[in-house]
Amino acid sequence: MERRQCLEMIYPELEDRLVVTIMGACAQELYDLGHRDNFFYLQHAMGLASSIGLGLALHRPEERVVVLDGDGSVLMNLGTFATLARYRPPNLVHVVFDNGSLLSTGGFDSQTTSGVTDLAGIARAAGIEHVAAVDTPMAFGEAMIEAFERRALSVVVARVAAVGPDHYGMDLHLPENAFRFRRWIGGRGRTHGICDPQASVAH
Amino acid sequence: MTVSYDNSKVVFEAIKAAGVRSVSALPETWLGLLLQRAEDDPDVTLIQVAKEEEAIGIAAGAYFAGEPHILLMQNHGFLAAINGIVSLAQLYSIPLCMLIAYRGHFGEPYPWHTRGGIVTEEVLRALDIPYELARDPDQVARQVRWALTLSHSALTPVALLLTRELMED
Repeated sequence: MERRQCLEMIYPELEDRLVVTIMGACAQELYDLGHRDNFFYLQHAMGLASSIGLGLALHRPEERVVVLDGDGSVLMNLGTFATLARYRPPNLVHVVFDNGSLLSTGGFDSQTTSGVTDLAGIARAAGIEHVAAVDTPMAFGEAMIEAFERRALSVVVARVAAVGPDHYGMDLHLPENAFRFRRWIGGRGRTHGICDPQASVAH
Repeated sequence: MTVSYDNSKVVFEAIKAAGVRSVSALPETWLGLLLQRAEDDPDVTLIQVAKEEEAIGIAAGAYFAGEPHILLMQNHGFLAAINGIVSLAQLYSIPLCMLIAYRGHFGEPYPWHTRGGIVTEEVLRALDIPYELARDPDQVARQVRWALTLSHSALTPVALLLTRELMED
């Protein structure tokens, strides 16, 4: 299974959601499918995509947030699973594309290669209830349909091949991406205040 | 030395007076009483992180969501969060209003705080992060408000260092 296939599958569902991607191949492949102002590409600061997603989800409880993460990035911020589990925003779907590789920086094996480290297991042990580990397009599609329909924090770890695009480059400056992303969200209006994390914990 | 009950309240009230209802933090001794207030206040959302760099991401999310936000951390947490500050906040022009417990400077009895304390201001200067020291409780409300204002007008991280004079009795 390739990440690009997965992104193509869910792309129509991303039209109305706040999407945060990690750097490199994942960002480029989403961009190549067609940029939208509700997509934010975190081209550096590895590990923080899910933290941005958490901030969005807690402060915009009426929106649906999707984080497109990777094994190399999430390994730099494993504490994020614990913080997500603590506040468990019901409107957040965290996808981790696990290619067992630091593909965008030379293709070195990551700690998940050959199943040494099990990211889905880490997410479950951190206290996240809904975690799926998939390695076929069919299973990915089903897991994503369930995650999108479920009104609960969901993590989907998708095992994908260590392949990426043959080119890199976007006609989009980084602050421009941030400004347009914020403006898109601002244009949606607000129907709720901040999500009460303590209430989420109590559920 | 004990943490100042009165000035912890002053800082918390300054945050609220600045119109902020969303706070992220990694608990530390000088921030304890302040965070207790945040936790007990039904109008304030407190998000506790496992490591300070997470809070940079959360603050960016809050900014994108249009919600004023303040980050509370120790100076060693600031040091631990630098890549996020540089490669998320500064790279993308995202404001951060950081209230930082300034441990390890003059009067510090604990050796483990000292190296971080000694380099804190130099690191802030190296990163072009505007900062002030909060010493006088009568000035804190203005300093918090102004820090927040500058962070949003300049779209940059801004730091207010909470000093020993303010945070200890």
